[in-house]
Amino acid sequence: MTLTDELFAKNTVTLDSKIPEGPVADKWDNYKQNMKLVNPNNKRKFKVIVVGTGLAGASAAATLAELGYQVDAFTFHDSARRAHSIAAQGGINGAKNYKGDGDSVHRLFYDTVKGGDFRSREANVHRLAQVSIDIIDQMVAQGVPFAREYGGLLDNRSFGGAQVSRTFYARGQTGQQLLLGAYQQFSRQVGLGGISLYNRTELIDIVVIDGRASGIVVRDLVTGEISSHAAHAVVLATGGYGNAFFLSTNAMACNVTAAWRAHRKGALFANPCYTQIHPTCIPQSDDSQSKLTLMSESLRNDGRVWVPVNPNETRLARDIPEEERDYYLERLYPSFGNLAPRDVSSRAAKRLVDNGQGVGAKKNGVYLDFSEAIERLGHDVVQERYGNLFEMYERIAGENPYETPMRIYPASHYTMGGLWVDYELQTNIPGLYAAGEANFSDHGANRLGASALMQGLSDGYFVLPYTIGNGLAPLLNKPMPGIDHPEFKAAEEAARVRYNAYLAINGTKSPDYFHRELGKIIWDYCGMERTEEGLKKALELLPALYQEFKTDLRVTGDGDSLNQTLEKAGRVDDFFQLGMLMCRDALDRNESCGGHFRSEYQTDEGEALRDDVNYCHVAAWQWGGDPMTPNLNVEPLEFETVHLATRSYK
Amino acid sequence: MSNHLKNITLRIWRQAGPAAKGNFETHVVDEITDEASFLEMLDLLNDKLITEGKEAVVFDHDCREGICGTCSLMIDGQAHGPQRGTASCQLHMRQFKSNDTITIEPWRASAFPIIKDLMVDRSAFDRIIESGGYITAETGGAPDANLIPISKIVADAAMDSAACIGCGACVAACPNGAANLFTGAKIAHLSRLPQGQAERYSRVEAMVETMDEKFGSCTNHGECEAACPKEISIDVIALMNKDYRKAKFANRKDLARK
Repeated sequence: MTLTDELFAKNTVTLDSKIPEGPVADKWDNYKQNMKLVNPNNKRKFKVIVVGTGLAGASAAATLAELGYQVDAFTFHDSARRAHSIAAQGGINGAKNYKGDGDSVHRLFYDTVKGGDFRSREANVHRLAQVSIDIIDQMVAQGVPFAREYGGLLDNRSFGGAQVSRTFYARGQTGQQLLLGAYQQFSRQVGLGGISLYNRTELIDIVVIDGRASGIVVRDLVTGEISSHAAHAVVLATGGYGNAFFLSTNAMACNVTAAWRAHRKGALFANPCYTQIHPTCIPQSDDSQSKLTLMSESLRNDGRVWVPVNPNETRLARDIPEEERDYYLERLYPSFGNLAPRDVSSRAAKRLVDNGQGVGAKKNGVYLDFSEAIERLGHDVVQERYGNLFEMYERIAGENPYETPMRIYPASHYTMGGLWVDYELQTNIPGLYAAGEANFSDHGANRLGASALMQGLSDGYFVLPYTIGNGLAPLLNKPMPGIDHPEFKAAEEAARVRYNAYLAINGTKSPDYFHRELGKIIWDYCGMERTEEGLKKALELLPALYQEFKTDLRVTGDGDSLNQTLEKAGRVDDFFQLGMLMCRDALDRNESCGGHFRSEYQTDEGEALRDDVNYCHVAAWQWGGDPMTPNLNVEPLEFETVHLATRSYK
Repeated sequence: MSNHLKNITLRIWRQAGPAAKGNFETHVVDEITDEASFLEMLDLLNDKLITEGKEAVVFDHDCREGICGTCSLMIDGQAHGPQRGTASCQLHMRQFKSNDTITIEPWRASAFPIIKDLMVDRSAFDRIIESGGYITAETGGAPDANLIPISKIVADAAMDSAACIGCGACVAACPNGAANLFTGAKIAHLSRLPQGQAERYSRVEAMVETMDEKFGSCTNHGECEAACPKEISIDVIALMNKDYRKAKFANRKDLARK
């Protein structure tokens, strides 16, 4: 009996992934042919709450409203357009095969399963690859100004982990342009009355009545007022939890609160240890730094990554002769070279920096060099392709990348783990859905570049509008609990108690102090490389720091007006609890896969060593009443189409 | 190599709420590295204020990469501060020197009421987009993306104006509090593309009229272009005006056909 079987037998929750029948390529069509429909005139009888207005949330809200559902949309930002999807730079994958280089739905599916190190659900990934085609069509119809060739057709570039060019892009601002496209469709529905928009409003609890998600409790960030909203279905499109590391490429307000509050109400949290460290970020320059900035992976199309061979090198980059440079990605992974996947590239950089070969004043980076590209293509072409990224780099680092190689280093960027969802993107709580980065389903243990935008839009435009209908159809004309139900009142009261408690501690340290300290522990012990010993240590340090948080936190101001310190306190509290689960999950997974690299489990060449016999499963954690005592449930993963194999990019 | 700045005096606008009377409060930052961003300096100040039991200065910010458009500081009387083409969050302390006095205010425009301290309400921008800032393309049924060839020059020009981050610096910099650069940028983005032609004139009429209800009028000062962190050209306003004038005929003709 394998460990997976053993754990599966002990599951405390029934995990039905609801994967449709048939060959993988037919599953989505089979699902759509068999799903229940809601008559167009009956759709307006249903209310759907969508929390978050990034790619997944805005596209889901817009499409559901177009279909005729009543949609209530919530964002803690001042405007729906601010969501962090906007910061994605490089591009979006679509299996269009416009370049005729052998791309297909199957190949995108295959690349994504392999890139995810065989820890994702085949059926979900295949659907993602299928709808990737529709996404490109949809976004072009909305007026997204994707890059074009001179003949007027769409241009493509390549990204890490793929040997075809299938990435569509809008300069270095693809996320911005896609989000604005979705935001405009969303805004159209706000104007038409299909969507009621609640801005500067933060979700602080989920209400579950008789086992079904019945609504949410929110806090108006301007007035501090706590109120309830009831609906037939609730969609959480609230992003990932990368800010658990404090320093990450996430925006400052990105947080896990919505997903975590759902988790505490019974939703399982899957694979929290699968976090992605992006290889090309600007290294930390000083201790007051509040966030790290990503430099698009697309730069690796033309930039060459290297470090000096000599750890004691003191010369400027341009004075170091070729033979004293180590182009280590080209050396170690000749067939993928500088486009090796993110996890592989990140670890390679870490090893060299740990070995003392780092560059820059703090010796905490590697070079990403464009001199060869500038010579080959000319200054103008390089500027055309990457000009805005180069400018951004210069503003932050104070160096001109046309003359001096960029310095880059890996940073926390994306989280593959998230709320457990079935094929319908429904959590184990009926009526509660999770979309985009907030769910766990499509990227396995590692996400490929240009796939996050694809997944957010896939979930919102092309999956949820079908699967939510299937879930709502049986509820037609059935009574639903309203906000006067005692469960709503109890949740509101609990939230009031919670926020008043932060104000009452009156200790000496700000929420940011605790967030920074928490982030250091998670980065040191649950970052790019993890060990049993380190994770055990983190699980001692975290509860101790959490205790200090609960007794020495200081939140100034009050709860009845706009108070960013209070908002932050609630978010940091949830990050603490999540941090313990991340370490626990990483400790329990005795293998290396994708972004989860346990030093004990590596090949002789230092590559991730999976254990498919015992760990070919999703670890889905159930809240156990205390952040240190979660219950493990597993969903075994089956690979029928893509055969389990060791990932090689050599 | 990093240097340290010393003795920076900050004059910061504090205002408890929309109706409250505001005032400048003075704080001194003793020392800070020039590698720090401007907002990181405010983080440090806030951390100090909280430790001293005082309320932190409220300001809007999020991505800190100059793309989300949330940050909105008037720094020494300039929207987003002294560096051209740079949002407040991308401004670094190397733009300043020791012993400087820096004045920090919120956007000041009647369409952007102050919520608290340095934070304003910019939802009037959303109302403009809701009134017509889109191409109607409901989900499903879109034709193949390569069916509509768009010349690179047109696509690039559309992208230039689509780069707007909706921060509101143009309004804050305008002596009239006009939103013509913001509105013109969206109109220029959509109207330059073949997909945007069907609604070209109804869009411009609806958006301009919503804008006029909420914002001041444009008198071609050009401050907006100078303040724009994405350096969007004022040409978009000319394009908007031209289309708006045409719309008055085009839309009437369409109505007559109904």
